Amino acid sequence: MLYREAGQYKTSYVADMAVFPLKQDRVGILILLLVAVVGIPLTGDEFLINAIMIPFLVFALAAIGLNLLTGYTGLLSLGTGAFMGVGAYSCYKLTTIFPGVNILIWVITSGFFSAAIGALFGLPSLRIKGFYLAVATLAAQFFLQWCFVRIPWLFNYNTSGAIEVPLRTLFGIPVTGATATATTRYFVVLTIVVAMTWAASNLVRGRIGRMWMAVRDMDIAAELMGIRLLQTKLLAFAVSSFYCGVAGALMVFLWYGGAEADVFDINQSFFILFMVIIGGLGSVMGSFLGAAVIFILPIILRLVPPKFGIPLFPATVEHLTFMIVGTLIIMFLIVEPNGLARLWQIGKQKLRVWPFPY
Amino acid sequence: MTVVSTNDSEVDQTLLSVEDVSLSFGGVKAITNVSLAIAKGEICSIIGPNGAGKTSMLNVINGFYQPQRGCITYKGRARAKMRPYEAASSGIARTFQNVALFKGMTALDNILTGRTLAMRRGLFWQLLRFGPALAEEVAHRRFAEEIIDFLQIQHIRKFPVGRLPYGLQKRVELGRALAIEPDLLLLDEPMAGMNLEEKEDMSRFILDVNEQYGITIALIEHDMGVVMDISDHVIVLDHGIKIADGTPEQVKSDQAVIDAYLGAARKPARIVPGATTEAEERDQFSAQTRRAVPVDGVV
Amino acid sequence: MDPLYKIFIDPFIQMGAAPDLLVQTLWEGLVVGVLYALIALGFVLIFKASGVFNFAQGIMVVFAALTLVGLDDLLRSWGVESTSVAAFAALGLTTLVMLALAVAVERLVLRPLVNQPNIILFMATFGLTYFLIGLGEFIFGGEPKVMITQDLYLPRGAFDIKMFGGFVSLQKIDIAAALIASILVIALGLFFQRTRIGRALRAVADSHKAALSVGISLEQIWVIVWFAAGIVAIAAGIMWGARSQVGFDLQIIALKALPVLILGGLTSIPGAIVGGLIVGVGEKLGEFYWGPLLGSGIESWLAYVIALGFLLIRPEGLFGELNIERI
Repeated sequence: MLYREAGQYKTSYVADMAVFPLKQDRVGILILLLVAVVGIPLTGDEFLINAIMIPFLVFALAAIGLNLLTGYTGLLSLGTGAFMGVGAYSCYKLTTIFPGVNILIWVITSGFFSAAIGALFGLPSLRIKGFYLAVATLAAQFFLQWCFVRIPWLFNYNTSGAIEVPLRTLFGIPVTGATATATTRYFVVLTIVVAMTWAASNLVRGRIGRMWMAVRDMDIAAELMGIRLLQTKLLAFAVSSFYCGVAGALMVFLWYGGAEADVFDINQSFFILFMVIIGGLGSVMGSFLGAAVIFILPIILRLVPPKFGIPLFPATVEHLTFMIVGTLIIMFLIVEPNGLARLWQIGKQKLRVWPFPY
Repeated sequence: MTVVSTNDSEVDQTLLSVEDVSLSFGGVKAITNVSLAIAKGEICSIIGPNGAGKTSMLNVINGFYQPQRGCITYKGRARAKMRPYEAASSGIARTFQNVALFKGMTALDNILTGRTLAMRRGLFWQLLRFGPALAEEVAHRRFAEEIIDFLQIQHIRKFPVGRLPYGLQKRVELGRALAIEPDLLLLDEPMAGMNLEEKEDMSRFILDVNEQYGITIALIEHDMGVVMDISDHVIVLDHGIKIADGTPEQVKSDQAVIDAYLGAARKPARIVPGATTEAEERDQFSAQTRRAVPVDGVV
Repeated sequence: MDPLYKIFIDPFIQMGAAPDLLVQTLWEGLVVGVLYALIALGFVLIFKASGVFNFAQGIMVVFAALTLVGLDDLLRSWGVESTSVAAFAALGLTTLVMLALAVAVERLVLRPLVNQPNIILFMATFGLTYFLIGLGEFIFGGEPKVMITQDLYLPRGAFDIKMFGGFVSLQKIDIAAALIASILVIALGLFFQRTRIGRALRAVADSHKAALSVGISLEQIWVIVWFAAGIVAIAAGIMWGARSQVGFDLQIIALKALPVLILGGLTSIPGAIVGGLIVGVGEKLGEFYWGPLLGSGIESWLAYVIALGFLLIRPEGLFGELNIERI
């Protein structure tokens, strides 16, 4: 009843191709943006913003990146953690070499470094596919992680091997470093993530998105449409790594405040992949849903059982998280391989005809 | 460059000519020394028993298989090898025996992928979408809608193609091929698995495509009625060798063709249980298969 | 000039200068290679028979080892006097546990995913991996344990052989590992080629639908093959645990089996062995002679880069079958 589209006629192709063709959807996204921009900061809850919202947005961005590569183009990648690391370390080097330049510029630029490395490791995709390509991305993961540890120039010869984020400001307000407030950092992250999500959504609805999906579905037929396979796959690697690189830079500079190489290990790669699988392969919105589930889960496990009188050790929380996530992955692959996004779509369908069954 | 030839008009009219092509996979000889020519604007059918090399022939024209010998002349340019990308950009489009649609996309999106070559706007504009990329998208959407109207698939344009019935999938595949704006359309068994009504529809589309848009068509087909009805030119392959080439009437009455289909030179397999004499067997076998090849033009 | 010398000339000079070290390094490489091969064997079994690439094979190795040690502890704490009785009883019980795991995986993961594309099954094994990691840590705790080598009558100590002016030390446990691995390989090879079940396994690997249509019970086959992989995992776990500790970092090492499979071919048992040996030797030689040039720890990625190179030249591996796509 609420979700009827009766009376909403689309009179142009532009209207038909819009992201949110229905008025109800547009209202919904507007409310969501309002909550994000106004509502959350107003609550002022440091924990909510710092430990939940900022990382959620950062991981959602990384998940979008991986989704573009694995969900839309069908190239399974296990190197996401490493590409995030490339973004983080390049941002660190850039800002320590040129401290006067605006940090946001360096955050975005570090994405380009990540894109270049991603495209390089994507070259094998010309000759290998599927599981073999996944192993090639593992090569990238282990090699780059080794680089983060063994190339001291990357972490400015710091004896501990870790990088620490220096103070940077934007319009005079500190955005990185110890003095930056959670709210400031939240706004910066929110802006970047919203802008890049919008760009990704544009990309997948247009020519390039269709090229990627064609390569995923049947690359032989795609060649026949004049789609050049290598260029398309490399572009997917590059754009995907760009998103992961920016996410990595945001993670280190606007969330953690510092990093060691093992933040970008293979577990990170798997967790982003799990976000994509649960959220929905081939869906930008799904990346957000998946990030929410995987990220919020351990937090719920930490906070809720004590309220019921069952205290859990932090180690147990981690073990339980692994077990639940593993089970969820299997469950989703059995029940709905297209993830939460598809479940959401089905839900909306049911809403459209509610209270009728069909 | 002037081509001096007594058959000046004929040479100009040939869109595709395949000369002395041989293709083999290891020990299997798929095609042996086949030469054929397809004229501009004609509907040419390639027929033959199973395993004759018909699909391999299309794959060679397309660039999927590289022949060991021979060369392909398309639009006046001779080349030993064709690549799929070149084929697409020089106007060769193709449909497949087992529908090769992009199952994860809607019918409309599938047709729009056919417009990929015509779309120019690069990464930057695509990221922005508003402005030139959107305008381009609308223009090509308009073009795709024309094709959708032509094939009468408006009602399923937003359906994911994986869920469509087989006949409609084949139509969408035809639409995707048309979206490339080809000069040569290769159809691999477009009528396979269709009932009479669907075959009539598809035949009508093929004829319209040929007449309205002037597209040359090469098709592989097993239904003899359709082949004899709509083709201008028929080529018959058997075991990788060309055994006949001409108009439908010429091919129909060609002894080599009849032999290939009816196997008169070989002893037929015992497929009719209960038949007592060899002669009876042969008669019954001939009667069954002769129905596939109309003798006096009546379908 | 100098870097070229360092990369292409110097390491070989070093090899020649101390041949006993070279032999020792080669031996170490072969030993590690045998262990990689054992793990890869488990992968090949499951892939050959179900087309599933079982990413969880590594964690199964760890899990098997942990279960063995844990059960042994448990039995002893229940008062079983003789250490070897406890050890072998634990071994028997661990085998039952792996059987139960095979049944559970077949029922809960494989059966619902019949006929899905292989990449979906591959991703399901990611989920299985993380589930088993969580479960293992939950039950056994995260600290490394010691393998009950002596109680299983596995030899300790080493042979020291005088060679080339120095001497080479060959651990007895490594020789035992090589022997056990060879026996397993021969047994499995015979099983696949000669028995009725082996043929059914190969049929299932080719096509689920076709196998079902000739009456092969997919469920039985899958339980058998995952159980076999479980046995191999126990063997690998014991051998590996005997050389170092039993801990969860072994799971990452087990990932090295992937380059082994690429080198050897996913469907070939001899390929797993040859691939394992090549990777093991290549890694050890690379680390020892070229490692100092680049900084230590190149073992973590060298195998993958070697495999990557192989993929570009010969994607199906040394002994594997080439997949031909038809239109």
